Amino acid sequence: MTTFKLNGRKVSVQGPEDEPLLWVIRDELGLKGTKFGCGIGLCGACTVHVDGRATRSCITAVRAVAGADVTTIEGLDPEGKHPLQLAWLELQVPQCGYCQSGQIMQAATLLKDFPNPSDQDINAVMAGSLCRCMTYLRIRKAIKLAADRMREGESHG
Amino acid sequence: MRTFRTGRKVARLATAAGLLAFFGFVFFSWQQAIPPIERPDPAMFSPELIAGGEALAAEAHCASCHTRPGGQAFAGGYGVNTPFGVVYGTNITPDPKTGIGSWSLTAFERAMHEGVSRDGSHLFPAFPYNAYTELSDQDVKSLYAYLMTRPAISETVPKNTVWFPLNVRLLQGGWKILFFKSERYRPDISKSPEWNRGAYLAEAVSDCGGCHTPRNALGGLKTRAAYSGTIVDNWITPPLTERNPSPIPWSQEELVRYLRTGVTPLHGAIAATMTPNVRDALALPVVPDSDLRAIAAYFSDINHVSAHDSDIQATVKDALAASGLGSSLDYNPDAQLYAAACLSCHYNSGTGPLAARPELALDTALTLPEPTNFIQVVLKGIGDREGAPGLVMPAYASSFSDADVARLAAYLRRTRTKLPPWIDLDKKVAAARRQREKSQ
Repeated sequence: MTTFKLNGRKVSVQGPEDEPLLWVIRDELGLKGTKFGCGIGLCGACTVHVDGRATRSCITAVRAVAGADVTTIEGLDPEGKHPLQLAWLELQVPQCGYCQSGQIMQAATLLKDFPNPSDQDINAVMAGSLCRCMTYLRIRKAIKLAADRMREGESHG
Repeated sequence: MRTFRTGRKVARLATAAGLLAFFGFVFFSWQQAIPPIERPDPAMFSPELIAGGEALAAEAHCASCHTRPGGQAFAGGYGVNTPFGVVYGTNITPDPKTGIGSWSLTAFERAMHEGVSRDGSHLFPAFPYNAYTELSDQDVKSLYAYLMTRPAISETVPKNTVWFPLNVRLLQGGWKILFFKSERYRPDISKSPEWNRGAYLAEAVSDCGGCHTPRNALGGLKTRAAYSGTIVDNWITPPLTERNPSPIPWSQEELVRYLRTGVTPLHGAIAATMTPNVRDALALPVVPDSDLRAIAAYFSDINHVSAHDSDIQATVKDALAASGLGSSLDYNPDAQLYAAACLSCHYNSGTGPLAARPELALDTALTLPEPTNFIQVVLKGIGDREGAPGLVMPAYASSFSDADVARLAAYLRRTRTKLPPWIDLDKKVAAARRQREKSQ
């Protein structure tokens, strides 16, 4: 049995300890916002946060998150109003949408580490998150919009 | 006839000498049992003594070998892999039957200073009594007080798998003749009190040499090569001397931060068997800052940090300049593999790397003479309970082929260091994978 926190709630799962976290989240715990893309940690669609940092859940064994805090797109903000989510809506970033929860989770870690990201920072940190609809330009724009709002929020806060 | 008689005489003499040597050895190796006692009343130990013992037990990371994964503290059962078989950490809670509740202070002191169990049998050197022999009598008393006031837990540990004849306890006496000297720590009066405190903690308490000093074929420490690094559980323990290949030298401040938190922006994060030594030991609040500063003072002297003429700022600048490689649109299959798998977590920019983004250009995983640690971390990843707190890395064993791992290793060694390429990477990755699959 493996115990960890999922979106703030303690969960315990049976099953093999080397089962990928992604399968546990989707199939056992029923949260479908996190997507299966390549299954080998090379596309970013399955990105969740472990202890607040973006991690590819398809190649992270559930054993590796025992005791950890796991956050999925459903738990990023209690009302779904994280500045990134609002910027995503405002700029209508998604096309098919499949990769977008992974993109947003990765972008959240980006903004935590680089509150005022340059184009190079965005290119580098988001390089592992693929989008077959090629929404990259809107993703970049939305990240910058969210970054501006978050910095403003802090200075007014 | 005469030769026959001389022959017999020689044979008799040889037998006599052999018997003498045998009995001499038995005499030397034989140790009396120390009578069992009633478990001492916890109230007889002073709170100060117990508190001192608690800090020492943390610094000596007793719990890491004397607690099985998921088990109760100090109740034993962790398997230490040695080339001679698995030795299980014993139950050192004050349970009279399965623990050390019936041990007098004299028996405990003999175990720490001489490596002999209460019943008179020799302990295996997996229990590093060769370090603890240097403990002061006062510290042994404190440790005894701390352990004797823990909850008594009845738990029997698995049987060791050490093979014959090494499992004959009496023969351990021979190991002691070769590699062990019972002696307390002697301060070096030419050095500062802080240095001496650090040396004492490193040698007598934390036993840093147990993992960072190479051993001979019989498991004895090669004291002349002290702290020159070796291999433990298939990971390289880096040298702690001036031969440490870290691009940025280990100053006292960096060491303090690393030992306290498990990670520094300029040196990256702990992994593998270093994990319990930090997270369950030196990082605990009970360990005073002054002791960490002392250990760090000792090692920053041993590694001659003051003699390094490396320009830290220039090294960091080069590292940051290389950090974004791989994110451009140029077609380079090596860089693209890196960008897809590694860059989003390891990229750094700005004025310096972040602790949460271990900077590969500054990490000894890339600068050690062998790719061992790099391969291990890529295949295995790092779980939440390993490495620095809050830093998890996925395991790439199932997604990368041996050729992929070799390609990444070669690429990073080429672009992030100025060192000669690693050789036979494919073979080394395959060997690490085989070993990993065998141990699962």
